[in-house]
Amino acid sequence: MVGDGRSAALVDRAGAVTWLAWPGFDSPPICAAILDAERGGALRVAPAGRSSAGRAYLDGTNVLVTRFETGRGALRVIDFMALAGEKELRRRSYPEHELLRIAECADGEVEVEIEADLRPDFGAARRSLRDGGVLGLRLERGRELVTLRASVPLALGPDGVPRGRALLRAGESLVVSLAYDREAPAVLPPLEEAGEALRRTTRAWREVAGRVSYAGPWRDEVIRSVLTLELLSDAPTGAIVAAPTTSLPERPGGALNWDYRYCWLRDAALTVRALYGAGATQAAEPFIAWLLHTTRLTRPALRVLYDVYGRSPPRERIVPHLGGHRGAWPVRRGNAAARQEQLDVYGEVVDAVAQSIRRGGLVLDRDTQAMLRGFGEVVCRRWLVPDAGIWEPREPPRLRTHSLVLGWVALTRLLELHARGAIDVPVARFESERAAIRRLVDDRGFDAGQGCWIANLGGHEVDAALLLLGWYGYDDPRSPRMRGTWRRIQERLSPAPGLLYRNERSREDGEGTFGLCSAWAVEHLARGGGSVEEAVAWLEGLLARANDVGLFAEEIDPRTGAALGNFPQAYTHVGVLNAVLTVDERVREERRRGRAAAEASP
Amino acid sequence: MTPLVWAVAGFGATVVLTLLLTGAQGIGITRMSLPYLLGTMFTPDRDRAKLLGVLVHLVNGWIFSLVYFGVFAVVGRATLPLGALVGAVHGIFVAAVGLPLLPAFHPRVARPHAGPTAERRLEPPGFFGENYGWSTGAVIVLAHVVFGTLLAVGASLVR
Repeated sequence: MVGDGRSAALVDRAGAVTWLAWPGFDSPPICAAILDAERGGALRVAPAGRSSAGRAYLDGTNVLVTRFETGRGALRVIDFMALAGEKELRRRSYPEHELLRIAECADGEVEVEIEADLRPDFGAARRSLRDGGVLGLRLERGRELVTLRASVPLALGPDGVPRGRALLRAGESLVVSLAYDREAPAVLPPLEEAGEALRRTTRAWREVAGRVSYAGPWRDEVIRSVLTLELLSDAPTGAIVAAPTTSLPERPGGALNWDYRYCWLRDAALTVRALYGAGATQAAEPFIAWLLHTTRLTRPALRVLYDVYGRSPPRERIVPHLGGHRGAWPVRRGNAAARQEQLDVYGEVVDAVAQSIRRGGLVLDRDTQAMLRGFGEVVCRRWLVPDAGIWEPREPPRLRTHSLVLGWVALTRLLELHARGAIDVPVARFESERAAIRRLVDDRGFDAGQGCWIANLGGHEVDAALLLLGWYGYDDPRSPRMRGTWRRIQERLSPAPGLLYRNERSREDGEGTFGLCSAWAVEHLARGGGSVEEAVAWLEGLLARANDVGLFAEEIDPRTGAALGNFPQAYTHVGVLNAVLTVDERVREERRRGRAAAEASP
Repeated sequence: MTPLVWAVAGFGATVVLTLLLTGAQGIGITRMSLPYLLGTMFTPDRDRAKLLGVLVHLVNGWIFSLVYFGVFAVVGRATLPLGALVGAVHGIFVAAVGLPLLPAFHPRVARPHAGPTAERRLEPPGFFGENYGWSTGAVIVLAHVVFGTLLAVGASLVR
């Protein structure tokens, strides 16, 4: 994935941009070959004929380098979206978005092929590229202009697709630029500036990576996760989208295909902890600001997901003409989960705010205090109303242990903030409702026969989200109840060390294992639910499932290790960050204990 | 015509002209952002350029309204058809002559035959602003017809 903090593109191992949506993450894509190789559209820059490829990000950046080896030479294709800081923007004009692809012959000679099959609006719109001569090939749609330029000639084929070929010898290079502007005059930086754009972009990403404070054994993985979260952050608003894609299937060939290009309030607390913990304050603080702004728009009720501007996502629709990723139909745009009721979001938002206050990053104004108090009132009124729960199943609502615990978390954190003097809340009412939630969860959310917490009140199934009860402080990971829960979860949800299904139904439905759940398991073990060795083994098991450039999808196919679901997934990377940080804390704590014991011994 | 009439009618008509042009961009009839186009004559900074561009356009419109009032004075009347006709001629001149000549006096617009350079990196508008969307020329002409008509209304009110 490459991006510019407002939009993202995916590049495959064959040198094709198979997903590109401008101007925003949730815009209709210009390239969507990942959802339909024939009708989706792609921008390909790669050697002609057979080649093998290896990929890596330039150290500490989101600049992707693919090295192709052919029989006659080697080619490096460098992909990035150009970044410009405030200083540069004052000095020069830049397009709203620009994707640059630089192909350099590293060895011998390589014939390079360029093919730009741009298909706006999920491939539904007519391809009408106009040859603007020195201004490039122009794709105009209403207010939008996409300009394709290359340092070698591109000719429009009879099918309307521009193509070009060039023979590069060692040391020679070519540049392909795809730029986007919504207002005229559009900005067309000269192609000769591509090298300068690469230096500027590399410098900007390395500044982000340089702020990561974690210095332990998994620093590379932490930096990759922070950089990925930066790519999934909408810089103007601070929002973090769950993934840049839609409809990559959770089950190969299946219909579990959802649009993830929106922002879920769920996992807000985990996200804040991950960003602060890794030292990525530059992303954590705008995220908190976005959280408070967005939630203000619908207060006191909270929706499950929003777009980056805090609006409700569009109605869920099927894109009928795309066949889906490897035949996994349908392709969906918009997300119907936006209309679901989920009690857990209140706990997530309040906990995220409480974390920020504890770190001294936030002072509550009167309006925000009233809003947070309102969230507490909503929890008091609605905690007995069945909800959809964390996994958003398309089934009737139920009373769910995780949701109720998050209601308990919301009230607990508000009472904590009250005790700190940060907010004024009706203490007696909140304490009494909190105690009532606790009584119900302890009575009916725990199955004494199995000795474990259960997913739904009165049910028998376990759920990986129950591992979070320790994280939220509802139960102690060392307690017999949590140990029993971990045992059952391992028995029923873990097909291999390091992998967990989210619940029993997902296993029966043939979904992949959930990356985020593996991270929760690591945290549970590191917080006392297991030994350091167990936690490290689970962490290593999870990290080994990243793709060739260190990215995680939402799910992992337990048989093949392939990524499943939308890609890359912000919350999996949030989970990786939290897991690493927690293991690191536990390792350091064990060392401290070991030293203290050694000093105490005669 | 008194200076007060010129000042009020000229300013009012220019505000409407500016609103029509920016509104046409806002609803997607044209991509042309006139404030951005004018403002980049002075600064490459997108936000500052737009602010400056609005100010420059207001002053320009004010000055140009003097020409309209001059025409009304020469002809000896200020009817709505005459205002519309002067506006149409003005609009056609801007779209057909002014915009294609823009690279000659705008320091940041690329020359149509040389292509973009480090300093000249903004796309040129082309004949009738065709590079900014096919409807750009029509929007310019119609907005100036309204501009001329409003000035004629202003001039006729004081007669």
